[in-house]
Amino acid sequence: MSETLASEPKGHIEVTNFSLSYDSIEGPVQAVTDTQIHVNPGEFVSIVGPSGCGKSTLLNAVAGFLKPTTGIVTVDGERVNGPSAERGMVFQQYSLFPWKTVRENVEFGLKMRGMPRSQRERAARTLLGLAGLEAFEKHYPEKLSGGMKQRVGIVRALATGPKVLLLDEPFGALDAQTRVIMQQILTNMWQRLKISVLFVTHDIDEAIFLSDRVYCMTARPGSIKAEIPIPLERPRQQSMMMSSEFLALRRGLMSLIREESLKAMGGEINDMGMQGLNIELHGHSLADVI
Amino acid sequence: MSSPALVRHPEDNMPATAALPEAVRAPTVTSPATPSSFGTLALRWYRLNQGRLRATAIGVTSLLAFLLVWHLLTTYRVVFFVRFVNVPAPLAVYASFTKAIHDPHFLMHIVLSCRRIFIGFSLAAVVGVPLGLIMGRFKLVHEVVFPVAEVLRPIPAIAWVPMAIMLWPTNEQSIVFITFLGSFFPILVNTLHGMSLVDPVLVRAAQCLGARERSIFREVYFPASLPHIFTGLTVGMGVAWVSLIAAEMISGQYGIGYFTWEAYSLVQYADIALGMIAIGVLGLGSSLLIRGAGHLVMPWRSTR
Repeated sequence: MSETLASEPKGHIEVTNFSLSYDSIEGPVQAVTDTQIHVNPGEFVSIVGPSGCGKSTLLNAVAGFLKPTTGIVTVDGERVNGPSAERGMVFQQYSLFPWKTVRENVEFGLKMRGMPRSQRERAARTLLGLAGLEAFEKHYPEKLSGGMKQRVGIVRALATGPKVLLLDEPFGALDAQTRVIMQQILTNMWQRLKISVLFVTHDIDEAIFLSDRVYCMTARPGSIKAEIPIPLERPRQQSMMMSSEFLALRRGLMSLIREESLKAMGGEINDMGMQGLNIELHGHSLADVI
Repeated sequence: MSSPALVRHPEDNMPATAALPEAVRAPTVTSPATPSSFGTLALRWYRLNQGRLRATAIGVTSLLAFLLVWHLLTTYRVVFFVRFVNVPAPLAVYASFTKAIHDPHFLMHIVLSCRRIFIGFSLAAVVGVPLGLIMGRFKLVHEVVFPVAEVLRPIPAIAWVPMAIMLWPTNEQSIVFITFLGSFFPILVNTLHGMSLVDPVLVRAAQCLGARERSIFREVYFPASLPHIFTGLTVGMGVAWVSLIAAEMISGQYGIGYFTWEAYSLVQYADIALGMIAIGVLGLGSSLLIRGAGHLVMPWRSTR
């Protein structure tokens, strides 16, 4: 536990000149092109964008599941060339092992590392206690609600003490109430563990509420359209979502994504609805423009 | 279900004797139960298991009806396209059953058949499951083995009898070989199917928790395929019996299939039915065994 609760922030993600394409019968298809992002140690960064823009592709490349066509991905200066326990991942579909109990799921990473049974059982119990799941340690995942499953998913990813936590629309399948609670839990854990987080979502409120910084991506082929710092103070309260500062950020991000979503629909819809929402960025970040 | 001591509520003995209308009417009969703790517990147990009790009652009734129809058809020697003239009556079969269970020859037939099933089926499982897992994981093995398997698979085990007699030095070995073949392909095919359905996201989840190839195989692919492996084992067990009986009838000495065929040659009609029923009961028992093993090995599924 001392390892996972280290005080020095860690996990500096650097993605440079990144592009990713795959082959199809009509030739290569660009999924993501010319992208640079970085996450400072201990920072919470979100990526938002219209559906199909390649935000998950980018996340999977950081996880090491996909090889960039050009460019490099590094974490703390080390090049990423495959999945590793250093980069914990949380999936939208929970992806808990159905044949393992809650505790065995959490223990999995420690088991892979060769930690003796009694030791990893203790570690898993402590972590489950933090997430309020100690009563369910012997349950199989099927018996749990969506929110509980995802808490197990997060705890499992954190159990090995990763430098970076990657989340791919983790709360997308949850109802609004559970979502809010999960956001709180995630924030608490992140602040306690002082690791960096890269969070992919299509929910703008969620991105603003959780993040220090938000990247907004363009429609396919995806690239970074804007980078928006979120200057809201921490700890963040639910009530902040009604503040004028929050709403201004929301409005700005919303119009950026709207523009891209319309583009993605291939001009089926004319830009009548877009009037008054065009924002010229010219390399500035959105917060400066508003 | 968990406390058999409480199970014996008066109405619950009904499945053994009562007819169908009784089972349907039962719920209204029990509602004015006394509020004593035993009474309420029993009532609650009854409510929770109502569906299962109903199914048991209907099942027993239908078996009894089957016996009754059989009895009537044979007593009146019905001839209506099908001839029941020489078919033994249930009571005659029961008589030959009581005689047979004291006959060491009959028991030996059964023991020998079970031994052949055990060896043939176990070999098929020991070869089929690992082969399926490896074929599912390594493309090259799949590409090499699959075409051969696909050509051999449609050949019924019975068609292997002459070949088996040529291949193996003893009769016993060739019968076991045929039993093996019968169960091998269902086991292999279902294991392969299970492997092809493993959720790739689970594999990725394991990878980013630090799992390497061998661990992924043991911790993800194998348990994820288990439900289909057990489907394969259940189907394989059924086909194993089919193949065994056919092989015993053709080339056997001893075995329950041989017993049944011999009974026909010796004009002992009651023994034919006895042999058939014995085969049915053994087949049912062995598939129940596999299902039980499945519950033991996959506790995460049996809680459903």
